Amino acid sequence: MNKYRINKTRFVDQTKTVSFTFDGKKYHGFEGDTLASALLSNGIHLIGRSFKYHRPRGIMSCGSEEPNAICQINDNTDLTEPNVRATEIELYEGLKAFSQNCWPSLNFDIGGINNLISPFIPAGFYYKTFMWPKSFWKKIYEPLIRLSAGLGKSPTQPDPDIYDHKHEHCDVLVIGGGISGIISAKIAAKNNLKTILIEDKNILGGSTIYQNNKNFIIDNQKSNEWLMNEISELEKLDNLIIKTRTSLAAFHNYNYLLAKENISDHLPLDKKNGSIRQRLWKIRADKVIVAAGAIERPLIFNNNDRPGIILANSVKKYLDFYGVSTGLNNIIFTNNDSAYETAVSLFEKGISVKIVDIRKKSSSNIVKNAEDLGIKIYWNSTVVNTFGYKKIKSIEIMNLSEDGSNVTGNKHKIQCDCLSISGGWTPMVHMHTQSGGKLDFREIDQVFVPNEKSENHINVGSCNGDFELEEIVKNTNYKVKKFLNINEGGFDKISVLCSKESEKKNIWLLPNTISESKTKSFIDFQNDSTAKDIKLALREGFKSIEHVKRYTTTGMATDQGKLSNMHALGIIADTAGVKMGTLGTTTFRPPFTPLTFGAIVGRSVGKFFDIVRKTSIHEWHVQNNAKFENVGQWKRPWYYPINNENLHEAVQRESKAARDSAGILDASTLGKIDIQGTDASEFLNRVYTNAWSKLGIGKCRYGLMLNEDGMVYDDGVTTRLGENHYLMTTTTGGAANVLSKLEDYLQTEWPELDVYLTSVTDHYSTASICGPNSKKILNKLFPNKDFSDEAFPHMSYQDAIIDKIECRIMRISFTGELSYEINVESKYGKSLWENCIAAGEEYKITPYGTETMHLLRAEKGFIIVGQDTDGTMTPIDLQMDWIVSKKKYDFIGKRSLYRSDTMREDRKQLVGLLTDDPNEILEEGAQIVSELDKKPVEMIGHVTSSYFSPNLNKSIALAVVKGGKKMNGQKLFVPMENKNINVTVSDFIFFDKENKRINA
Amino acid sequence: MFVINCPYCGERDQSEFSCGGEAHIVRPKQPTELSDDEWAEYLFMRKNIKGVQFERWNHAHGCRKWFNMVRDTSNDKIHAVYKMGEKPPVI
Ligand SMILES: [Zn+2]
Repeated sequence: MNKYRINKTRFVDQTKTVSFTFDGKKYHGFEGDTLASALLSNGIHLIGRSFKYHRPRGIMSCGSEEPNAICQINDNTDLTEPNVRATEIELYEGLKAFSQNCWPSLNFDIGGINNLISPFIPAGFYYKTFMWPKSFWKKIYEPLIRLSAGLGKSPTQPDPDIYDHKHEHCDVLVIGGGISGIISAKIAAKNNLKTILIEDKNILGGSTIYQNNKNFIIDNQKSNEWLMNEISELEKLDNLIIKTRTSLAAFHNYNYLLAKENISDHLPLDKKNGSIRQRLWKIRADKVIVAAGAIERPLIFNNNDRPGIILANSVKKYLDFYGVSTGLNNIIFTNNDSAYETAVSLFEKGISVKIVDIRKKSSSNIVKNAEDLGIKIYWNSTVVNTFGYKKIKSIEIMNLSEDGSNVTGNKHKIQCDCLSISGGWTPMVHMHTQSGGKLDFREIDQVFVPNEKSENHINVGSCNGDFELEEIVKNTNYKVKKFLNINEGGFDKISVLCSKESEKKNIWLLPNTISESKTKSFIDFQNDSTAKDIKLALREGFKSIEHVKRYTTTGMATDQGKLSNMHALGIIADTAGVKMGTLGTTTFRPPFTPLTFGAIVGRSVGKFFDIVRKTSIHEWHVQNNAKFENVGQWKRPWYYPINNENLHEAVQRESKAARDSAGILDASTLGKIDIQGTDASEFLNRVYTNAWSKLGIGKCRYGLMLNEDGMVYDDGVTTRLGENHYLMTTTTGGAANVLSKLEDYLQTEWPELDVYLTSVTDHYSTASICGPNSKKILNKLFPNKDFSDEAFPHMSYQDAIIDKIECRIMRISFTGELSYEINVESKYGKSLWENCIAAGEEYKITPYGTETMHLLRAEKGFIIVGQDTDGTMTPIDLQMDWIVSKKKYDFIGKRSLYRSDTMREDRKQLVGLLTDDPNEILEEGAQIVSELDKKPVEMIGHVTSSYFSPNLNKSIALAVVKGGKKMNGQKLFVPMENKNINVTVSDFIFFDKENKRINA
Repeated sequence: MFVINCPYCGERDQSEFSCGGEAHIVRPKQPTELSDDEWAEYLFMRKNIKGVQFERWNHAHGCRKWFNMVRDTSNDKIHAVYKMGEKPPVI
């Protein structure tokens, strides 16, 4: 047995030994231990170094509020996890834990030198010091900060564990399995309500489960024994789900809550494999009862951070729950009664204990109990200093002055190996405020308590500010009954006896003989901010708690200030001379405790991260060596390299082939909307800038769609299939948004129109064949069809049959070449494509991807919405005045084209750019200037599309330039990092200006 | 996350819906007759109230219908939902 395992309890099975390592050394604990209790049983207090000063730090608590004992778990590069609280992780066979934030080792840490120079690194040090000179940033400050910053190491490999999400609905959700949560859950479940009780520990019972003092009696039993019986009763109830190892992460409005369940974290390594690690529950509850409990406060005095200084109730839990003594020579330092339970418990186990109390007296039963046992109590006293570097060895105490603002008399030194501190209790109001609830400040014991206004959630027990056993039991019973509209709770006639605290005293920052600039009274242990830092921030003019918090980093560490926030507020209030209630608190944001990324994303990883849309021709592209590009969720062939071609080489070849003979493109991803109804033509008139009423059946037309602000939104070709039937195409990425926008107008602005919209993007596959030989290929594919210009002119469509498959052929062109788009039902897409390839073989038909398509259309000066436009371009800016109907009375965006701003002549306008050196290719996004010497340099535009054109044998670019319409022939500059590129503004149609090739 | 009572489908999670901003802003019938200021009023100016606000919502991942909602933006309480074209309730 370990030296410090002095007690047998029912919660730790001392017949089952568990071995683990800490910093490479092997130790033993038992089943039921946490890493913290197992380390303490081996006498290990020193766990890590503090963040800023690298001071030795030990285990300070036994729960999620732990600021110091954070470890790196596991040394596998894929599984390792930083910042795990030793107080929360359950011990399992093979656990490997490491201390963090120390180099080269825990016992000798070089960063500890920060502790010696600490007078020079006060609050805001980083802000003040590293501001200048600028040149120091890259070479000196940043490497220095990076070297010493950071808590733990991130895994370097993807997380191999499985995480899960699950939805759950219930009548009542109870958060917290302490005494008030257990009472609440029992009342709810016994009254036929579907109830869920969640508890973050592995065992129900909270702190009452180890409250074994004769002063706390329920129905003639010690409170822990009474509760034990209640729990076994509870476990028999049918409509109650009890979820242990499940912590609430977030409480959103409308009673939507997220809770994280640990499923295999506590299992031995060999049993973890293949199991789900954590599950995120998404719970919608009709009613929520928060029974989250309270957290014990530390006391703030000089050198209050040494290993061996532990919260008093945690000392009791280690003793009475885990059977571990945190020291053999204890001193308790308190401002309230609750720590006396710890004192009595230690005494009863034969451990030496003394008490230092800042109050002048207390006559409650529990204090009497301690006095009767002969425990020495130093009344009206405070600790002014502590000693011992890696573990506390002794303390110095002094008497307090009458009003508590000063110390008097002589220093008195007392030896110890553990100092248990208690500054009272802070209700866990996080859940209440996360859900939108407000707080009230209660002066008598200086706590924020919920101000309850919601009909759908209540707070019970100590998170509601009820600290005494009798009020916890009775108020919980009363409140839950009222909340759930229940007459008989089952706890109505219960008898509770408990010690009652009559004397209350609170001093946020305990006084000292030396000036506070020479003390280190830690408030935020993890971020190393002290009372001195907070006072400095106030002197420097920070007033709001939110600002002080950020300036001093108080409450901003991984523990989110669970132990520090109240003291920071208290010291600000005292220093500024204002009432604490008027200061308010900082905002409590979810999650309550850190969540793993795995739990957040669940199964949505790897190929499940997002939907991948593939055309029916996709397999052919894969087999033919296509490189793909993501366009929205679609995978589109980008280019088809042959042998070892790079992007540029492949695109040059594809582009040349498309103009010299024939090219083929998979255009299936274009958005397609089927439009039907007697008002379909009128509808198109209103949503496009041009006129549609006179478009003949069987004809196609290009349309430009604007937003109501006049800016180009989408474009595409629409075909009139029948009198009241159109097929609209949209950009690949814009399809869903265009449909939503059109539906919006139909439903809300023009409900009188008889128009029906159906998305048919996935219904059809499209092979687009272009080039001078495309007509010959079509003739081969459809031998019975007349493809003469007279029978089948440009911008028209016809039905046809291929292999008994019906298809639609549109003669439209995005490349400027003679071009046909063949549409079939998706399931026939691949067979159509293969037919086209076979028919085109003698013309060396060349499949091309999106990159070549972009190049070919740029040669023709056709815009791509989203590449050459960015939501600030009107059709006029794009020099597309021809498509804006002057006759139509109205269409979406029309009025905006006549606003004074959209009519400005110096707006950015679409132009062509030619580089003086025809081999120089501009970078897309590059800025354009007209005067190189002007300071500051005035940017007048930017390059939107840029390619080397194999058909023109020179570089071409599209750009938007202020007032560009009138700049044809003007010389401009594109400044790059190491050179200025000379360019000339040109027409943006570079190739076949006369449009001869479309009818070639 | 709200529970929204779609007038066509009933109660659904907020994740199925998208918000379309302030409600009851009617697109002018004769935009060309309006001055720049009047058009800008329609196009850009929104109240963005802290308190009870009338909003447009779309059941985007459901029936795809647009409808109106009265919501208190300070506490997200939904006072009413009603179909397009129906008279707004008095709150
Ligand atoms: Zn709906």
